[in-house]
Formats: sequence, C-alpha cells, structure tokens
Amino acid sequence: MAGTDARGSNLASPVTAGEWGSRRETDAPRAAGLPTPCGPLSEGVVRALTAAPEEHPRPAPEREEAATVTDPLGDRDFQLALWMLYELHYRGFPGVSPDLEWDPLLLAARAPLERAFEAAVRELSGPLPWPPEEGRGSGRPAEAVADLLFEMTGSGPLPELAGFLQRDADEEQFRAYLAQRAVYHLRESDPQSFLLPRLDGAPKVALAELQYDEYGGGLPERLHAALYADALTSLDMPTDVVSYVDTADAETLASVNLMSLFALNRRLRGAALGHLAAFEATSSVPCRMIALGARRLGLPAAVAEYYDEHVEADSVHEQLAIRSICGALVDQDPDLAEDVVLGAAACLAVDALAGEVLLSRWRDVPAEAAG
Amino acid sequence: MSVVRLTVCGDGPALLRGATEVETADGEIVPVTRPVVALCTCGRSQRQPWCDSAHKFGPDGITRRAKNGGKG
Repeated sequence: MAGTDARGSNLASPVTAGEWGSRRETDAPRAAGLPTPCGPLSEGVVRALTAAPEEHPRPAPEREEAATVTDPLGDRDFQLALWMLYELHYRGFPGVSPDLEWDPLLLAARAPLERAFEAAVRELSGPLPWPPEEGRGSGRPAEAVADLLFEMTGSGPLPELAGFLQRDADEEQFRAYLAQRAVYHLRESDPQSFLLPRLDGAPKVALAELQYDEYGGGLPERLHAALYADALTSLDMPTDVVSYVDTADAETLASVNLMSLFALNRRLRGAALGHLAAFEATSSVPCRMIALGARRLGLPAAVAEYYDEHVEADSVHEQLAIRSICGALVDQDPDLAEDVVLGAAACLAVDALAGEVLLSRWRDVPAEAAG
Repeated sequence: MSVVRLTVCGDGPALLRGATEVETADGEIVPVTRPVVALCTCGRSQRQPWCDSAHKFGPDGITRRAKNGGKG
C-alpha cells in the first residue's frame, strides 16, 4: 500500500509478500535495516544514525525543520522521524550504535518533534470532559474517572473500519489492514511496560497483571505479539517491523508514536494509562467483527485466532485498565485525573483518524477483486 | 496463587483470579487459562462462561451508552 504522499494511487495493485519495504521511491540515503526516509526530517535522522564514528562534526537532525511542519499527525516524514528516534529505546537498528539511545544531539532533535506532536494531539482531542459537570458522576474522583472512561468508550456507532473488514473487505484490503496494524501489534504492549517503574501500589499491580496476560501468561507461544506474527506468517507476510513501517500511513505511525510519547515521558504517565484504558475498552467488539471477516475470507486459522484471543482478553483488560489501573491511579493522585482523560480522548481521536484514512482510501477507490 | 478472589464490577463482568476451573450452567468444567478472567454476568456472551463484551450491544446492534461498568 502506498503512503500518504500517494494516497490511493497504488491501492488496487496487489501487494505480495516481499514487496513490503520496497515501495517508496526516494533519492534519500538508504541504509540496511532502517526505514526508507521520505523527507528532510527522516533523512536527517537516518543520516545521524548512519554517520561514521569518525565524522566531525557529527550530523544531527535540524531542530528548525520540525517547526515548519503544520500537520504533525498527517505528515509522514515527521512521524517516521519520530518513530525512528523512539525505536532507539525499544530494539534499535542493526548496525546502529546502541549508545545513540541517550545521545544528547538526538534527544535535542526529538524534543521539538515531541512538543509539536503533543500540541497537535491535544488540539485533535478537543476540550476534555473533565472535571465532570456539577451533579454528574460519583463523588470520588476515581469513580468519576472510571464512569467517564466507560462512557467515552462505550457509546456511539459500531466501528466502521471493523464493519468494513467484517463484511466488505477483499483479501488484499484485509492484508493491507494487517500490514498497517503490524507496526503496533508486532510490539504489542511494549510501550506500556515503560510505565511499571513509574507506578506504585495498586495501579502497578494491576498493570503488571494486564501485561503478564499480554505477554503470554508465562507461555512464550501465547505472547500476543507472537500470535500476530503467527497470523502474518500464515499469510506469507514478513514479521519484521521495519518492512511495515515503510508502508505505514502517517496516521498509523502517529497512533504508535502516541503510545511512546505518553510512555516515555514520566509527566504523561496518567495520559499513558488513560490511553491504555481507551485502547483496551474499544478492542473487544471490533476484534470480534474482524475475526468474522477473516473467517468470511477463508484466511488461515491463525488470523481469526489472534482476534478471538482479543475478544476474550480485552473484555478482561477493559475492566482492569479502567477500574484497577486508572481508578486506582486517580485514587492515589487525584491531580492525574485530567491526564487520564486526555490519554483516553487522544487514543480515541488518533486511532479514529488512522482508521478513517484507511477506510476513506478503500471507499474512494473501489478495489479490484482480490488476487 | 493461593487466594481465589472474585471481584464484582458494577454491572459489568465479574473478574476471577486464582481459580483453576469454572463450572458452567450446563455442568461443563472449563479450565482457566489466563491469570485473571472475566465471567459473563449478562448471559449474552457467545464465549460462555467468559465475557465477550456482548453486553455493549444494544438491540439495534449499536453500542449503547455504558454507565456504571460498561454494561449497556
């Protein structure tokens, strides 16, 4: 699938395994194991990551470039640059020095990107429904936050993207959806693990319980990221994240970067947990619909099984995340309530944006028959 | 874990920790395979005895406003 700079134009051309990662044309430098840059920001990051140790002065991304971006959420170059900088904290890149994780030049380059990104996310999220109006909600902030999170995530129409995948998508479109989501699901739950040492008491215990389930409950073969990789493998699709980053939309990268923004900045820990709550609480219903779509298309069992697992797991995780994590956090520190609500609103807004981009492409350009 | 704990969640599912099996209304013994499970309390789940969030669906297929625990 094409990125946002060629939205829709390649839609109908079948994408086969092995093509991921080789679609984007650019004159920018290419480096093995790194995503293909697509503009000045991501080119600057790649140059900085691939510079020879003896190069002086060391190349660093231009801080001024970030200020020229007017729509961080829809700017693929911006989101790719940020994704690569965050990736240094997760797995890094082959051939790139692990020392760069805490490199002052790169951290200084990341700061204006994060500031612009956070401002755009806050604007997209709109006015927060917090504090609740007089006479609404329960007396305790923890209960009021939990009630509000259930209300924010439990109302509205059925998710359109999941409905499309359930009823209308052809196999190529279903694969394209799996490819977009792979950027997150191949690293499923990893951002939230950064939150554990930032919590104490009841919310820490509840997050650890949720993560233990996400991480397979003691069984490596049940690791959720591994279940997703199994689903991709069953479709002869690759299982390395960088392949999918190269074809991911700006908004998809934004939805993943949002988790890192919240999880890697301790001051935003409340937002990170609110995001987790909204993410879990809006997962079970669409997963059921997507599983039905996978079975309708006759895809290998591993695909539907990944979504089946989440129908059940996320019905548990919704309760844990809203009550035992966010509720308990606000019980400890009522000042974090607004951040929790921000995180939930941001999750809903950014994920909806990413879904709309995908769906509008399919609706604008009728797909040819699969295969 | 030696403690078995059932947590009632408003009018949502009940969370069960520390159990090794659950007996359904039909007498079927279902093993517990995750550290904490959500038991369906609305009777509408298609994955009994586990919650599958079916409680969120209204009669017209649209998710209804969830209050006091996500059960519509």
